[in-house]
Amino acid sequence: MSKLNVENVSVTFDDKKIIENISLELKDGEIVSLLGVSGAGKTTLFNVIAGLVTPETGKVYLEGEDITGKTGKVSYMLQKDLMLPFKTIVDNVSLPLVVRGEKKKQARETASKYFEEFGLKGCEKMYPDQLSGGMRQRAAFLRTYLFSDNVALLDEPFSALDTITKSDMHKWYLNVMEQIKLSTVFITHDIDEAIKLSDRIYIMTGKPGKITKEIIVNTPKPRDKAFALSDEFVAYKREIMEYLEKNI
Amino acid sequence: MKFLKKAINKIAPVSIILLVLIVWQIKSSDGTIPGFMLPSPIDVVKAFIGDFFLLMDHARYSLTEAFAGLTIGVALGFVIAMVMDRFEIAGKAIYPVLIITQTIPTVALAPLLVLWFGYEMTPKIILIIITSFFPITIGLLDGFKSADKDALNLMKAMGAGPVKRFFHVKVPSAAGHFFSGLRISVSYSIIGAVVAEWLGGFNGLGVYMTRVRKAYAFDKMFAVIFFISALSLLLMYAVTLLQKICMPWLKYKKEEKSE
Repeated sequence: MSKLNVENVSVTFDDKKIIENISLELKDGEIVSLLGVSGAGKTTLFNVIAGLVTPETGKVYLEGEDITGKTGKVSYMLQKDLMLPFKTIVDNVSLPLVVRGEKKKQARETASKYFEEFGLKGCEKMYPDQLSGGMRQRAAFLRTYLFSDNVALLDEPFSALDTITKSDMHKWYLNVMEQIKLSTVFITHDIDEAIKLSDRIYIMTGKPGKITKEIIVNTPKPRDKAFALSDEFVAYKREIMEYLEKNI
Repeated sequence: MKFLKKAINKIAPVSIILLVLIVWQIKSSDGTIPGFMLPSPIDVVKAFIGDFFLLMDHARYSLTEAFAGLTIGVALGFVIAMVMDRFEIAGKAIYPVLIITQTIPTVALAPLLVLWFGYEMTPKIILIIITSFFPITIGLLDGFKSADKDALNLMKAMGAGPVKRFFHVKVPSAAGHFFSGLRISVSYSIIGAVVAEWLGGFNGLGVYMTRVRKAYAFDKMFAVIFFISALSLLLMYAVTLLQKICMPWLKYKKEEKSE
């Protein structure tokens, strides 16, 4: 069953076409990545799906419902972790529930239930400045999940982390995803990351941004560490690199 | 070594003040400065103790005025800043008026206010409102503008309307700016009260000051000057304490910086 459908979306700012005729599909429980160089309009596409930008043409459907230009329907995690420094972690994480109209106390209780599963136990009353980058990212991801357990958009969720933390976070992410099965589209410019995490990869090229290729990563999940060094992995990587070289 | 460093850090801020007081006392005692022109620090302290209850009684009036003016000034400053932030056109229209209110000398305004509102507390409170709302408004306005644009966007994506975005992101983002403004406003409010009292009234530190000046009681004059300074410092310190209580996340920020 398909969760999210983007149909023929085009966006123009100041007479400049940013993205042109983009269509994509996200199936239930799938992780799909949008891979492309910076400036290809990936973030603009996310802003359209999140309802922050109304496209010139095209529609966005969530489980068949037209959500074009509507905010609050799919959850969105921006490039920075955007933990509000003046709120404790539990208050940061429960913010989407409070925005939806829940009482603060109740929202805290709901959010607290997930802290263990997300590896955040003990951080509830801390402030973001007390946490490491990786932990903040986990909290940001939990906030995204509480915002909507339907579809999540992650804009370069791991790009601000150092390599070692990043690989840790990948492991953590795949682990959590096994349990929560959140249908996800994420943006990345890291080819390894895209292959490691996704079920499918859409390659975006500019300008204007278009989806020009789709690659299906057939390797079953959970994928272990050895996958990143396997011939299979390298074959996917070669295919993507060769395609990017030809088309940019 | 660490202890010594700590001790020096503690003494440094008061060292010059102490030095001036000591030199002043010595020069007064040996007759270099005649007492009728400049009373010695000890004379000032004696005058303060002698008039202690009278000073406290006057201070009660001045502080009441300052507190009332400051409370209304802060509330007014908050409302103006909120309107200016929410409606861009209103902001543009209000801004020059704000600036003009601050260019009018308070000494010129005070007698007019006395003329219009009488010799009681009202004109003093109004003058304090006029001087104290401005740092609050400007501080808050800067603070609201400093809110992270992406955080506001994220709130929007979550489906938060302008009111929720304002109270969850903009207001706490402006907290630091607000307290900086409040520290200035607090000292303005005491000075505002004193200036207003000079120009007419029956009670207050400004009235006391006018009386002792007319009596050429310089020791008492200095006593009240120091007293007003001390009051201002104490209130500013109170604001700092209040800020620490209201912004508990600040202490972690400092930790990170010093690392």
